[in-house]
Amino acid sequence: MKDKLAFGYPEGLTTGGTHYCPGCTHGIIHRLIAEVIDELGVRERTVGVSPVGCAVLAYNYFSTDYQEASHGRAPAVATGIKRARPDLMVYTYQGDGDLASIGMAEIVHAANRGEKFTVVFVNNAIYGMTGGQMAPTTMPGQVTSTSPRGRELDLAGHPIRMVELISTLHTPAFVARGTVIRPLQAVQTKELLRRAFQYQKEGKCFSMVEILSTCPTNWGMPPAEALNWLEKTMMPYYPLGVFKTPEEGVDRAPLPLCGLQDGGK
Amino acid sequence: MARKLMKGCEAIGEAAIKANCKLFFGYPITPQNEIPEYMSRRLPQVGGTFVQAESEVAASNMLYGAAGAGERVFTSSSSPGISLMQEAVSYMAGSELPVVIVNIMRAGPGLGGILPSQADYFQSTKGGGHGDYRLLVLAPSSVQEAVDLMQDAFDLADHYRNPVMVIADGLIGQMMEPVEFKEDRQPCRSLPSKDWATTGWKGEGRPRAIVNSLFLDPNLLERHNEKLTAKYAEMARNEVRVAEYFTDEDYDLLVVAYGSVARVCLSAIRQLRAEGKRVALVRPISLFPFPTEVIERAANKAGRVLVVELSTGQMLEDVRMAVGKDFPVAFHGRTGGNLVTPDEAREKILAQLAAREASR
Amino acid sequence: MPRIDVEKERCKGCELCVKACPQGVLAIGTEMNGKGYFFVKRVEPTKCLGCRLCCITCPDVALSLNVNGTMYHYFKY
Repeated sequence: MKDKLAFGYPEGLTTGGTHYCPGCTHGIIHRLIAEVIDELGVRERTVGVSPVGCAVLAYNYFSTDYQEASHGRAPAVATGIKRARPDLMVYTYQGDGDLASIGMAEIVHAANRGEKFTVVFVNNAIYGMTGGQMAPTTMPGQVTSTSPRGRELDLAGHPIRMVELISTLHTPAFVARGTVIRPLQAVQTKELLRRAFQYQKEGKCFSMVEILSTCPTNWGMPPAEALNWLEKTMMPYYPLGVFKTPEEGVDRAPLPLCGLQDGGK
Repeated sequence: MARKLMKGCEAIGEAAIKANCKLFFGYPITPQNEIPEYMSRRLPQVGGTFVQAESEVAASNMLYGAAGAGERVFTSSSSPGISLMQEAVSYMAGSELPVVIVNIMRAGPGLGGILPSQADYFQSTKGGGHGDYRLLVLAPSSVQEAVDLMQDAFDLADHYRNPVMVIADGLIGQMMEPVEFKEDRQPCRSLPSKDWATTGWKGEGRPRAIVNSLFLDPNLLERHNEKLTAKYAEMARNEVRVAEYFTDEDYDLLVVAYGSVARVCLSAIRQLRAEGKRVALVRPISLFPFPTEVIERAANKAGRVLVVELSTGQMLEDVRMAVGKDFPVAFHGRTGGNLVTPDEAREKILAQLAAREASR
Repeated sequence: MPRIDVEKERCKGCELCVKACPQGVLAIGTEMNGKGYFFVKRVEPTKCLGCRLCCITCPDVALSLNVNGTMYHYFKY
């Protein structure tokens, strides 16, 4: 009986190895994207947009055409590509500083215009490439190089939950959050990515998958411990799941006004 | 095609369509609003796409993406909006992307005013963004010239793989003049194929396309800078555009002005020449590359220069560099959105002629 | 019998696979690769059930799985 390869290296990834730190889960997310693109058979018409951040060199790791966006502007660059060539499959790969901080206007408006591309949003609650500064998604009390006493909510506000925020927009979209810290969760996240790219392939709607990810180096923990910290600290605040699909929108009813006249009883 | 009376902004938009540009990303800002408005009506009629971005920052990055995908694209804005685009402009120059950017200049600094100005000269010719880069900068002085330069701009951008900026003061954007679009216009430069564009990599046929300006290795970035500098040198050799008026005759004063201000000066000069005064005019059309040799030659013939701008003196510095430190160069500028009037120009020219007479 | 192959130059010794393996097949080795990482190696090869959890969790695609005969799959990947 000849050996059969049951799990191999995806063609969608280049083979030069990555610069990511040991145990950084960016690498898992890269592989999931490459596998999904290959399985949907769209690699030859896919264009990726890399951010400024740890994934700034993503264009070296995917065997597709790629564009490097300036910090926070990947959704605008992707808008330009998709509007110029609607036949291309376009996706952005962005970190939390890139998407939720400097690029907040770009992501909100790209989603609101319903741009038909996919956003892969990697949330590791910190600025990685620049050496561990506080990000909009940094957790309360989390120590970073710019929140040395831990994130203080009365100074820096609370962490931003992007998929909840984006899913309140009325324009149809597929918006979900997953993680890759446990293998089976990576399998679920791959399914979310497949649905997102499938919606794009059908030209249906804007799609975004937020993926909770670790940063062992800047969190100051061994990789395996970082998985546990994420599970214990981030996941209660960033619940996993599908928040919005183009089939059924999410309309959060406002609190009833009736109680306001008489002192809100 | 018959001549039509068109507003500058709309003529610029139509010129882009005539140049087969199907994509526009913009944002509202006076005094260039008629361009996005016009494009939002016209582009769907020609199978094109108009997108109103959430900001000029976003618009300029959409431009980057679309140009990176190999399509002809343009955007327009006005001074404060152009300031917001500067980071993207530096990225487009660094990534060698062909784009056309129109700046209908308004008075600054800061929120300033909405009336005409030429005070973005430094920003466009000396690099408003970071790093060593240059833009080809073209300054029309009439609506017809704006139309012609716009169509050239797309060819030049593709030829040099570099952003090209067309800068006109608010006057040209807002006034109406007869315009004609040449029927069988040929490209003004050779148009290389865009196999560098991100159009989907089939795995062979061309290298994988990566639109990028990141070079962490200093040697690679230095070599990249050398390549860009060589490109700008080639522009300086081949793309100088300048108009000369009466410089083939004898004259006692050379006036240097561009855009609508040059037309105002020309009116005054024609009047004065009819009265026997000897005055000539040089009108730079390309602000980068600056017509240094022409100005040096024409200035030396008169021995005295008067520079007139709607600013506190920016092109003035390039004129001074052209003629040297000891050459008498006078300046007259208006700001705040006020225009130079023909009588005003006449008065300043007469004063310079008198000063020249006195200094003999 | 399923077999995990380690591409030793790609491994960064991050131990995620070691923690993910339900059977304790893998462990950080004592040899260093070209980049100075102690790469992972099979310490209990016969216990491997071919479940691919290690391959899925590896950030650097340093692991691949070869099988002959039946495969124990309890999820689709």
